[in-house]
Amino acid sequence: MELFSTESKKIINDPINVNNPISLQVLGICSALAVTIRLDQAIIMTLAVLFVLTSSNVILSLIRNYIPARVRIVIMLSVIASLVSVVDELLKAYLYDMSKQLSVFVGLIITNCIIMGRAEAFALKNGPSKAFLDGVGNSMGYGLIIIIVSFFRELFGAGTITLPDGGAGYVLWSIPDSWYAAGYENIGLLVLSPGAFIILGLVIWFQREMAGVEEDA
Amino acid sequence: MSGLEHYLSIFTKAVFIENIVLAYFLGLCSFLAISKNINASVGIGMAVVVVLTITAPINWFLWEFLLDKGALVWISEDFKDTDLGFLKLIVFISVIAAMVQLVEMFMERFSQSLYNSLGIFLPLIAVNCSILGGSLFMVEREYTISETVVYGFGSGVGFFLAIVALASIRYRLRYSNIPPRLRGVGMAMLLTGLLSMAFMAFSGIDL
Repeated sequence: MELFSTESKKIINDPINVNNPISLQVLGICSALAVTIRLDQAIIMTLAVLFVLTSSNVILSLIRNYIPARVRIVIMLSVIASLVSVVDELLKAYLYDMSKQLSVFVGLIITNCIIMGRAEAFALKNGPSKAFLDGVGNSMGYGLIIIIVSFFRELFGAGTITLPDGGAGYVLWSIPDSWYAAGYENIGLLVLSPGAFIILGLVIWFQREMAGVEEDA
Repeated sequence: MSGLEHYLSIFTKAVFIENIVLAYFLGLCSFLAISKNINASVGIGMAVVVVLTITAPINWFLWEFLLDKGALVWISEDFKDTDLGFLKLIVFISVIAAMVQLVEMFMERFSQSLYNSLGIFLPLIAVNCSILGGSLFMVEREYTISETVVYGFGSGVGFFLAIVALASIRYRLRYSNIPPRLRGVGMAMLLTGLLSMAFMAFSGIDL
């Protein structure tokens, strides 16, 4: 398979738009909400998921012919858990502040259904290069949604936009004091958990409106 | 603070104030998928209570006597600097997967009716974040063994309450006129937001 063929473009593009793992397949929502308080947390989490998902897809796809179907879940879990432990230790070593803020949610990438779901649905049935592209596409789709949600939550909830750096985050822009003086107020609710649910609900609505998907329920 | 009061406070905190679904976003995948149906919600809620109450204490023992820094001193003083903490994710998830399997076999053998109502949910629970999350929070907050049991049980009850509440609301909304693209997950997210707002009212309670 060529890297830039139509098919590989489709593998990458689909999960970002019409088959987005969060808003359309509804996988991996747990961690998606917890890390969206600040933009920098969402970006680091996206990178962590990108690493774990692409590596687990490639590894599982390489060994797919040697895995007995009955014990595949255990094998998938142990591959994923090892990769997540690597990410967890790396974050502790190089981005300690960030790893404190993300606390248990890095570990919870193990039970992120996107990773198990893609392994089961794609990596065990396709070759490594396709599985790699599928991993990149799906983590981009995941990242897109959590970055949108965290952007709104941080901007309207806390009045800042923070990018990741080595320490506690680099504040790119914050709402100037003159706005507050003129009567502007942050929406405190967005920083709390209900805000996350409601913003994600609206994002899902918007994306389904764009993709033209309906669900009967 | 007296003993009983302390445990009561951990329990109420786990059920209402820091509800594992509504405040920490754990276990949302099954929460959203299964809340379409009330009976199934009751089933998975009970299964989560059982599994969480069993796995949290087991993982506590493993953490305290095997993985934590200096946990191996009961074998020999030489191990007092050994820190196996980096293995915790792998160990916890294997314990959870194994326990789920055991509970399933145990139920099948001893209570056929319970197995029929909970059986299909047990495999789903192995990858439910709330179970692993419970164990990880237990380590992070440095609970003692009895606190862990109460916390595990309380978190399970919190999940049960939240999923049954959402399922009932979705049941009532079955014939309402929701915009077509918002139906299903989108609406469930908005409802969860409102539910979570309602649960925030408990945060003023101080025990």
